[in-house]
Amino acid sequence: MKNSAIFKSVLASTVVATLAAFAVPAHAWEPTKTVEFIVPAGTGGGADQMARAIQGIVVKHNLMKQSMVVINKSGGAGAEGFLDVKGAKGDPHKLIITLSNMFTTPLATAVPFNWRDLTPVKMMALDEFVLWVNAETPYKSAKDYVAAVKKAGDSKMKMGGTGSKQEDQIITAAIEKKAGTKFIYVPFKGGGSVAVQLVGKHIDSSVNNPIEAVAHWRGGKLRPLCVFDTKRMPYKEKMTTTMSWNDIPTCKESGLDVNYLMLRGIFMAGGVTQDQVDYYVGLLRKVRETPEWVALMNKGAFNQTSIEGKEYADWVGAAEAEHVALMKGAGFMAGQK
Amino acid sequence: MDALNSLLDGFAVALTLTNIALMFAGVILGVIIGVLPGLGGANGVAILLPLTFSMAQSPGGQTSAIILLSCIYWGALFGGAITSILFNIPGEPWSVATTFDGYPLAQRGRAGEALTAAFTSSFFGAAVGVVVITFLSPVVAEFALEFGPPEFFSVYLLTFCAFIGMSKQAPFKTLVSMMLGFALAAVGTDTVTGTLRMTFGTATLLTGFDFLVAVIGLFGIGEILQTLEEGLEFRGASAKINLRVVLDTWKELPKYWATSLRGAAIGCFMGIVPGGATPASFMSYGVARRLSKDGDKFGEGMVEGVVAPETAAHAAGTSALLPMLTLGVPGSPTAAVLLGGLLIWGLEPGPLLFVEQKDFVWGLIASMYLGNIAGLIVVLTCVPLFAAILRIPFSVIAPIIIVICAIGAYTVHNTTFDVYMMVVFGVVGYLFKKLDYPLAPLVLAIVLGDRAEASFRQAMLMSQGDMRILFENGLVGSITTLALALLIWPMLSVLWASIRKGLAKGA
Repeated sequence: MKNSAIFKSVLASTVVATLAAFAVPAHAWEPTKTVEFIVPAGTGGGADQMARAIQGIVVKHNLMKQSMVVINKSGGAGAEGFLDVKGAKGDPHKLIITLSNMFTTPLATAVPFNWRDLTPVKMMALDEFVLWVNAETPYKSAKDYVAAVKKAGDSKMKMGGTGSKQEDQIITAAIEKKAGTKFIYVPFKGGGSVAVQLVGKHIDSSVNNPIEAVAHWRGGKLRPLCVFDTKRMPYKEKMTTTMSWNDIPTCKESGLDVNYLMLRGIFMAGGVTQDQVDYYVGLLRKVRETPEWVALMNKGAFNQTSIEGKEYADWVGAAEAEHVALMKGAGFMAGQK
Repeated sequence: MDALNSLLDGFAVALTLTNIALMFAGVILGVIIGVLPGLGGANGVAILLPLTFSMAQSPGGQTSAIILLSCIYWGALFGGAITSILFNIPGEPWSVATTFDGYPLAQRGRAGEALTAAFTSSFFGAAVGVVVITFLSPVVAEFALEFGPPEFFSVYLLTFCAFIGMSKQAPFKTLVSMMLGFALAAVGTDTVTGTLRMTFGTATLLTGFDFLVAVIGLFGIGEILQTLEEGLEFRGASAKINLRVVLDTWKELPKYWATSLRGAAIGCFMGIVPGGATPASFMSYGVARRLSKDGDKFGEGMVEGVVAPETAAHAAGTSALLPMLTLGVPGSPTAAVLLGGLLIWGLEPGPLLFVEQKDFVWGLIASMYLGNIAGLIVVLTCVPLFAAILRIPFSVIAPIIIVICAIGAYTVHNTTFDVYMMVVFGVVGYLFKKLDYPLAPLVLAIVLGDRAEASFRQAMLMSQGDMRILFENGLVGSITTLALALLIWPMLSVLWASIRKGLAKGA
C-alpha cells in the first residue's frame, strides 16, 4: 500500500514538474510534508463528506505532491479540532474545514477560541437549510405548518435538529421569534438520524440540509416546505416526478422571513505567510474546477458562493456578529439562563 | 423468488477475478486492523476510503470499491476476537464480551478452541444477518422507522438489565462499577444542552473518556500487571497448534445451537434497530448465561460464552448495513464511514437505492456471503499461528503488548494524555481485580452510558417530563417491561427459592 502511494507521488511529482516547466507558474511555497485536514465534526456528516471529497479529488487529480490526511476531531462540539489548529500557530501543514460551530461552540461553551486565531483561506460553498415535514401530514406550505404550530399551542409540536445551541436550534429559535410560538426542540447526534426520526413521525418537522433529506424526499416520505435563503436554489433538475430544488419556495415567499446559510470554508492556523495561504487558495480553486466537485455541489444543492482573501475575512466577521446577535437573542450564550 | 433471482445476478456481479482478489485483500487488511487495538474498523475504512475514489469511476467499479471496504469491515469483525481471546485486550468494542470466557479458555491452553468457536460463530451470525437482509429488507426497513428516542432508551435499558442481575459478584459491587462507568461517560460535551461538564476547565477533557482507552488500560495493562505479580509466565503455552483443533471444536459446536440461534436473533434485532453490535454482544452473553444450564460456570472459560457474544456481534454488524442502505442511517461507526463513501461515489442510500442501483446493491449483498466465507477461510487457517503466539515467552511478549496498547491509546485522539489515562485505567483495572469488583459493568456503562442518557433525555423532552412515554405504545412498553422483568428476576428467584424452602419445611 505504502509503496504504491510513494510510486504514485513520485509519478505525480514528475508529471507536475514537467507541466510546471511548460505552463503553470511555479509556486513560491509548497507543502514539504503530509498536510493534515482537520474536521471539527464526526465521520459521515456534511463537513466530513466535503473534506473527504476534497481529499479524494486532490489524490485523483494529483493536485499536490505531498499527501493529505483527514482527521476527525469532534470532541466538545468541535472545540477539540479548533483548539488543535489554534495551538499549531505558524504550521502551514494544517487545514481545517469549518461549519457554523466555529461561531456557536465558543459562544455556547466559553471555550477560549475565536476565528481570528485562524487564517481564512477560502469559502468553498454555503450549505442550505430546508424546512421539512412528513409527506403524510396535510401541510402544503410553510404558512400552513406555522398556523398549525400556533394552533397546537406552545411546546406541543416537536422540531428535531442536529446538536444543541448550534445551527439547527438557532434557526428554530428564529422561526419561533418570527412566528410567535414555541417548539419542543429535540437534539439528535446527526442530520441523517433527524431525517429518519421525521420519516418515522417521532418529530413533526426538521431543518435538514438538502443532502441529508434528499433520499427520503425522492422516496416520497418527506415534503420540503421552504428554503431558508434569500433566493430559490438554482438546481432545476427534477428530483421527484413533479419537483426540482428550484420549485421549493423561499421561506420569505411563504411569509416566514428567516434566512440562514452555513459556511463550508477552509482555514489555516494563525501566523502563516501569505505565500502559504496563496498556495492553498490555488489548490482549492483547482479542486472547484473538477467534475467531481460539480457533482457534489449538485447532489447537495449547495449555494455555490465562493470567496477568498479580504472579502472572505469580512464575510466571516459579519457572520460572527450575526451569530452573536442570534445566540444572545435565543439565550444560548454560555452562562446565560 | 424475486430476491433469489436478484441475488443470483448479484453473484454474477461479485464473482469476477478482481472482486475475489479484492475480497481476500480486504479481509486480510481488516483482520490486521481489527487486531490492533485503537485502530478499529471505522478508522481503517476511513483511511482506505480515498483509495477507492478512482476505483469507483470505472464501470462497475463502485461495486468493487464497496466489496473491498465491506470486506475490511468483515475482517475487522473477525480480527477483534483474536486479541480478546489471546491477551484479554478487546480490539473492538463488540469483542469485550468475548474476553469474559475467551481469555480464561486461552489461559487453560484452549486458545485454539476458543478462536475456532469465535470465528465459526461469527460466520454463523453474519450468515443469518445476510439472509435477513436478502429476504426481509423491505419489511425490516419499515420496522426500524418505529424506533424513536423512547424505544432506543428501552433497548439500552434492556441491555443494562440483562447484564446487571447476572453478575457473580455482590450486586453492590456491580452497581458501584456501573455507576463509575456512567460518571466517566458523562465527562465532555452534554449533547442535549450543548454545554461542557466535568471538564474542570481543561481542554484535554473536552473529548471525555474514550471507551477504547479505558478498555485497553483496564483489560490489557491491568492483565499484565496481574501476570507480573503472579509470576512471569503465560499459562497458555500448552496450546495445541494444529488444524485438528478446528475439526474437534466443530464437533462440539452443534451442542450450542440454541445459544447460537438466540444470539443471531438478538444480533439481527439490534443491528436493524439500529442499536449496534456492542449492546447486542453484551445482551446475548447475558441472556445465554441466564438460560444456559451451565450458566454458573460462565466466566471460567466456557465455549458457549464465546459463541453467544460473537454470534450476536456479527449478526448485528451485518444487519447494521441494512438501515444504512435503505434509510441512510448507519447502524455502526464503520457503517457511517461506508455511508460517506457511498455518497462520495455518487450513490444515494435510501428507499430508492434498491430500485435505481440494483447491480450495486445485489453485488454488495452477494459479496457479503462470499466475503464472510473468504474471512472464515483466512482466519481459520491462521488459528494455529495465532495460538502459537502464546508460546512466545512472557518477557518477550509483554513489552510488545504494552507498546501496541500505548500506540492504540494514542491513535484514538492523537494525544499523549490518552496514553497516561491508559496507565491510570491499567492500575484501576488491577485494583478492581484484586478487590473482586467486576470490570464489565464499568465498560458497558462507558460504551452505552452516553447514548442511553441522550435518548432518555430526548424522550423526556418529547413528553415534557412524563415517564409514561416509556409505556406509550406496545413496542416500547413491551421492551421496557421485559427489561424490568430481567432486572427483578434474580430477586424473584431468591424469593421463590425461600418460599419453596418454607413450604418444604412446613410439609
